[in-house]
Amino acid sequence: MNLLEKLDAAAAARKAQLPTGLSAFGIPIEEIYSPTEARIGERRILLLGTNNYLGLSFSPECRKAAHEAIDKEGTGTTGSRMANGNYSGHRALEMEFADFYHCRSCIVFTTGYQANLGTISGLIGAGDVALIDGDSHASIYDGCILSGADIIRFRHNDMADLEKRLRRLGDRSKNTLIIAEGIYSMLGDQAPLAEIVSLKNAYNSILLLDEAHSLGVLGETGQGLAEKTGLINQVDFITGTFSKSLCGIGGYCVSNHLQLDQLRYVSHPYIFTASPSPSTIAATRVALRLLRDGSKLREQLWRNARQLYSHLKMIGFQVGPEPGPVVATILDNPQQALALWNGLLENGIYVNLILPPAAPEGKSLVRCSVNAAHTSEQIEHVCQAFSKLHSSIIQ
Amino acid sequence: MAEINQEDILHLLSQRLASFANPELEITPETNLITQLAIDSIKLLNLIMELEDHFDISIPLNALTDVLTVRDLANLIYRIMSDSK
Ligand SMILES: Cc1ncc(COP(=O)(O)O)c(C=O)c1O
Repeated sequence: MNLLEKLDAAAAARKAQLPTGLSAFGIPIEEIYSPTEARIGERRILLLGTNNYLGLSFSPECRKAAHEAIDKEGTGTTGSRMANGNYSGHRALEMEFADFYHCRSCIVFTTGYQANLGTISGLIGAGDVALIDGDSHASIYDGCILSGADIIRFRHNDMADLEKRLRRLGDRSKNTLIIAEGIYSMLGDQAPLAEIVSLKNAYNSILLLDEAHSLGVLGETGQGLAEKTGLINQVDFITGTFSKSLCGIGGYCVSNHLQLDQLRYVSHPYIFTASPSPSTIAATRVALRLLRDGSKLREQLWRNARQLYSHLKMIGFQVGPEPGPVVATILDNPQQALALWNGLLENGIYVNLILPPAAPEGKSLVRCSVNAAHTSEQIEHVCQAFSKLHSSIIQ
Repeated sequence: MAEINQEDILHLLSQRLASFANPELEITPETNLITQLAIDSIKLLNLIMELEDHFDISIPLNALTDVLTVRDLANLIYRIMSDSK
């Protein structure tokens, strides 16, 4: 098989696995009206599958900052942070992130994906160990692969399993980077951070926590799981993204270890890519301030999350282990998931469909995510649609 | 653990892998894990955790890049076990 024939074979295998009539992936959104409404085809739909947790995507302050930055600094930087792409705004945002987390250093990356790639591959290398949660995001896997370190998985959120694997490493645990996430993006569950921290201390390892889905969502000021659990000083490195609650694109790593700064000189995903555009940086700086002061937004977000989670559970859908802005309905097979996804779309509701092998343990997911801009009437409409669909989908 | 040789590991692996295969397929040391047993990446990763626990060793995922067949996997496990003695 030549290279192109291999792709054809992969495409055929993918088609054969999918339920017939599937067109759920990559459907275009024609017009977007607000953080909660858009048009797909001819239909006005409710958006229930974004990562816009605080509903800030149309914030007037963020838009104004972005406009002004375009007018003052142009549309793009055309270069790397290590060369012509290092503007004062990038540096200012790094200082603001460091201040937000009350920690000593921060690096801003061009995406959250690159924040993980760049941080992980900068921290560990051949001979070191990455000990990662089995449900880790692809950017974590890819960062580990890029690093050349030995990659070992522990069973998702299973602390006895993590300890067993640390023990097996013997002396090597000192050169081990443990990686977990604040909120896992598929089932919406949180990492048992207190136990992870005590294990990393007992085995003298280093801990990296990816707060991509928990930034703005957990903790008094929205720092994430580390703040919610009071363990911010025990986590060595925190990575995150601008692409979810901050409604931009970009990523960061913060730490109290001043050695973080060294990554600027060794980390290819930081050096060999253009820096975020001025408008992105300007909007993100404002969004970070709104996030920090956003306890009212977090309250509404959590009200919405609890309303949807408890309703789905009550009417008999299998849901993730705990309530949160990501509310996943777990279905036994792709046909059920597709039927539910289609049924919701017919009721004017857009959610995410996740089929094997992307979903954990061979299950299929209909993954909803709520945000602070959803009204309780909108969530009620969603609850009613799920109730209507339940009996026709779960026999 | 008592002394274990490559053949024992191969035997154990073949037994374990039978659950992935359709019953007509005879599993030999040369059976390809991906193309013949249709073990997708997630199944393989989970199998590795199971084998780590069975043999009480660490099997780094990056070591799997060279593993195509049942024998390759058995050799890898044997090598890790010999190194950790
Ligand atoms: C856990 C996790 N980490 C990192 C990323 C990457 O973020 P970005 O979209 O900014 O590249 C994502 C987003 O999909 C994520 O879910």
